[in-house]
Amino acid sequence: MRQVNRLRLARGGRLQREKVIHFWYDDKKYAGHPGDTLASALLANGVKVVARSFKYHRPRGIFSAGCEEPNALVQLEQGAYTEPNRRATEIELYEGLVAHSQNCWPSVTFDLGALSSWAARILPAGFYYKTFMWPQSLWMTYEKFIRKAAGLGRAPNAPDPHRYDKTHAHCDVLVVGGGPTGLQAACTAAASGARVILADEKSEFGGYLLGDPVQISGVAADQWVAERLAELRKMDEVTVLPRTTVTGYYDYNFLVANQRVSEHFGPHKNDAAPKERLWKIRAQQVVLATGSIERPLVFADNDRPGVMLANAVRVYIHRFGVLPGTRIVVLTNNDSAYHTALDAARAGAEVEIVDVRRTADGELVARARALGLRIHANSSITAVEYRRRRATITQVQVMALSPDGEAVQVPAQTDSEPSARRMLPCDLIAVSGGWMPAVHLYSQARGKLEFSDAVQAFVPAAEHKSPPNLATTNQMICAGACRGTYGLAACLTEGSQAGAAAATAAGLAVEREPPTAAFAVAEPQYAAMRPLWVLPCEHPIGRGAKKHFHELQNDSTIADIELAVREGFDSVEHLKRYTTTGMGTEQGKTSNLNALAALSRLQGVGIAQLGVTTFRPPYTPLTFGAIVGHERRELFLQQRSTPMHAWHHRHGAVYEDVGDWKRPFCYPTAGESTHVAVQRECRATRNAIGILDASTLGKIDLCGADAAKLLNMVYTNAWNKLPVGRCRYGLMLNEHGMVFDDGVTTRLGENHYHMTTTTGGAARVLNWLEEWLQTEWPECRAYCTSVTEQWAVASINGPNSRALLAELCEQPVDAQAFPFMSMQRCTLGGIAARVFRISFTGELAFEINVPARFGLAMWEMLMQAGEKYGICPYGTEAMHVLRAEKGFIIVGQDTDGTVTPLDLGMHALISKSKPDFVGKRSLSRSDTARKGRKQLVGLLSEEPNFVLPEGAHVVAKLQHKPPMKMLGHVSSSYLSPVLGRSIALALVVDGLQRKGERVAVAMMDGASHWARITDSVFFDPNGERARG
Amino acid sequence: MLLIQCPWCGNRDQTEFSYHGEAHLKRAQDPQQLSEPQWGDYVFFRTNAKGLHYERWRHSHGCRRWFNAIRDTRSDRLHITYPPEQPPPDRQEFESEPCGK
Repeated sequence: MRQVNRLRLARGGRLQREKVIHFWYDDKKYAGHPGDTLASALLANGVKVVARSFKYHRPRGIFSAGCEEPNALVQLEQGAYTEPNRRATEIELYEGLVAHSQNCWPSVTFDLGALSSWAARILPAGFYYKTFMWPQSLWMTYEKFIRKAAGLGRAPNAPDPHRYDKTHAHCDVLVVGGGPTGLQAACTAAASGARVILADEKSEFGGYLLGDPVQISGVAADQWVAERLAELRKMDEVTVLPRTTVTGYYDYNFLVANQRVSEHFGPHKNDAAPKERLWKIRAQQVVLATGSIERPLVFADNDRPGVMLANAVRVYIHRFGVLPGTRIVVLTNNDSAYHTALDAARAGAEVEIVDVRRTADGELVARARALGLRIHANSSITAVEYRRRRATITQVQVMALSPDGEAVQVPAQTDSEPSARRMLPCDLIAVSGGWMPAVHLYSQARGKLEFSDAVQAFVPAAEHKSPPNLATTNQMICAGACRGTYGLAACLTEGSQAGAAAATAAGLAVEREPPTAAFAVAEPQYAAMRPLWVLPCEHPIGRGAKKHFHELQNDSTIADIELAVREGFDSVEHLKRYTTTGMGTEQGKTSNLNALAALSRLQGVGIAQLGVTTFRPPYTPLTFGAIVGHERRELFLQQRSTPMHAWHHRHGAVYEDVGDWKRPFCYPTAGESTHVAVQRECRATRNAIGILDASTLGKIDLCGADAAKLLNMVYTNAWNKLPVGRCRYGLMLNEHGMVFDDGVTTRLGENHYHMTTTTGGAARVLNWLEEWLQTEWPECRAYCTSVTEQWAVASINGPNSRALLAELCEQPVDAQAFPFMSMQRCTLGGIAARVFRISFTGELAFEINVPARFGLAMWEMLMQAGEKYGICPYGTEAMHVLRAEKGFIIVGQDTDGTVTPLDLGMHALISKSKPDFVGKRSLSRSDTARKGRKQLVGLLSEEPNFVLPEGAHVVAKLQHKPPMKMLGHVSSSYLSPVLGRSIALALVVDGLQRKGERVAVAMMDGASHWARITDSVFFDPNGERARG
Repeated sequence: MLLIQCPWCGNRDQTEFSYHGEAHLKRAQDPQQLSEPQWGDYVFFRTNAKGLHYERWRHSHGCRRWFNAIRDTRSDRLHITYPPEQPPPDRQEFESEPCGK
């Protein structure tokens, strides 16, 4: 077969080699195979530099083969489909994939930003904290440049065209991780009949087995994986989720997982499926089999393109059939990297091993020797020669370590010993510093960690040392490598045990005891590692040009840690923030522990004593799309509309959002401004008849023998003597004595009331009543039902309203038969209605309530019959103007939670005879009864056409500039067409005593206006129009 | 996200519930008789417990009923939920409740 890629091995890899697909990287066309990731395809094509680093813009190459990748972040796709900061190691290759490098200009190989590398001396840790502090006013200017220089990819500038989905799931056992441990756990748990969900972030299950040609009980690893998967997929109660990253572990076994459903087809390729689906899983038991992440070693210039985690090299060989280098130097402090050396050598690379251990021996070392590989023991890489032009490492310098590993053995000048500074030609450095259990989810779930000397990393604590009441609310079992267990047979055994234990804990019967020694795996004996991660070079660290990066993504070096410690930021939490270690998009998956090792070395304190920062969700970044899901546009917030909405829509209503309701603000005619429309609607209502859709008012049906008792407790006024068929206005207070709702309640029958609330307060008031009834007065026989949406309400206001009602209504509606503040059951054009003669405009008014399904018919009937009376629909703004002319308050506008009925001048509404009501005691508190409280008054600007802005401050004494002593503020302000001038309501200190006083109103822009304090009722002060 | 046992509906997600502050605050029979500090205590002052806390919840997106709970504010563990008319259980018995169910 034709060889598509230069560095592709002739055999091996889980690729569809017969199929060739093309992709574009930085506008150049490349070829790969289905089964490749973008990273493996780039490596196969010999692309070495894929990114520029965050701070110094140093060239960087692919470092890993998984989600821990700190370097190879790319801008995936273009236009609206684009996504920044995607890890090339996780992007599955598809035909036509387009990716670009980030954080570089003009190109990744020649990047002007790299000048900052020259300026590294003046870009130390805490640079921003130190530099851009002064002068403060210039911060905005600095910020623009900082934002441009820092940051990674670009956010898309068009709405995301993808679909995203969300789903909820429940299970007995959730197994996180589909490696050998997780597969074994899932199979064991599933065998009990448990509902099992198995999730793995990769496209294929098997974890590290996919990159390791091992045999399990005589079966090849990939065959073993396939058998386990087939077994699981056969079972109805098992859900197998590939490409699904469990990103968050919250209280009570609630986990969030993100499934990449169709991304691997490419944009547009599978529009039927969502791009991603967010799973919200409530599991009875969780088995964490999240594996472990290889730890790098920190040596001089360890960030050069061509430095790669040792196991990643192995994964590229076995899973992707790519040999990322032809001359490989393996740098290690442990045995596991010898697997890489052996496999790379067998795949045809020239391999040398630099082992920092004093002596290299053991089974794997012997195998390497047998294969003829050179091993440089007790040595380290002290320099890396990188050829910028060729974008490759050409050789490394290797020197012997001093006995404590803190320095290199520098030869004396006369020493002509050639081996003191050995130069090894190479194009790839495979590096291994051991393994770090992936305890991220365990830690998120408030599992306690402890430092294991055997693993030299943090592992789940063997027992909970915290008092029981501080312990996690989660039920989880860690198994396999994520709890520091290495060795395949041991992991499989732990998987079985964890699966059985989880199923048992979930209440299922596990038939047979899990096997303990059933897994025959030929595993070598591993020798101990050398706990040495920060490797010296000829200069002390931080001196000279060489950099020791412990954190690749944020360009943080060991020298930065030393600086932070010198400056006193020596606790783990401070160090993290000061050096930005672990604050990149990979959250320090490869760097946190090495930072701790460096800190421990500097302070001479064990890592165990230093502790570790808590892991937070998400484990890997989530897209906003996945979090948002379907909840966008009209599905983001449910809109409520009244039965008459269609009519409003047809008649050009401009809407206002009130709570979730769409309410008409006004109905402008063609070419009319909203201001003119509002003025016209107000005039029509005062002069003829206006009609308002009042359906949104909260309505509560209140029944029961003690209904009046309840009203007496929640309203300030008395309700005992209200006759059937009569209405009464009430103010509702909280226990602080502050007004929190108002409305009219009508007695429909002996023990039956109809309560109305403000539009926005409907749910709050219902809950308020329910809370009292359910918790404080359970003996009170009163029952509340929300009927807001059951009734459609048209409020007709104005001198002609009675004539209109009389024309349509079968019952008499004259002043005698239908007095003010009463209710009549009427029939209008065949529709049974409750008509309330109440008024929020001060006009003769009727609120016609009909069952919601007749709402539109009623409205259209009124509009048609009302034409000859000059009927005019009006919206919320005209309603506000009309009520303000009458000094009627809007709760929440003229009150703000600090206003008592006394402050509103509503003394008459407070019953003197009632022994108690909610809030009563607070009205005589020293603070509510004191002088100097703000009180509601009218305010007339001296310039009659000037409308004072709402929120403007009334001040005691006008000065050139703030601060000025504030007396209060304007709460409502409008131009009143009927009065021919502006009017305002204001809350002013001792306002009720100041009527007639002239006060200044200061504006935001420094201007000021004079106004006179008046009574709050501007129009028809005796209320004759409404009573007529 | 907490898993909360509604005394009437059983275990449900926290998103179905709303929190209503401290439980077992008894409104006085005749508040007018209370001194200002006594009334102030009832209106303004709340226990801010580090540990076991009696509190009031509502199954707002379910049966719409109020109930009380003992929650450990340190671990967010809800030890018990019970109807509002039930007298407060002794919290001591949860002080050393082992982890797990």
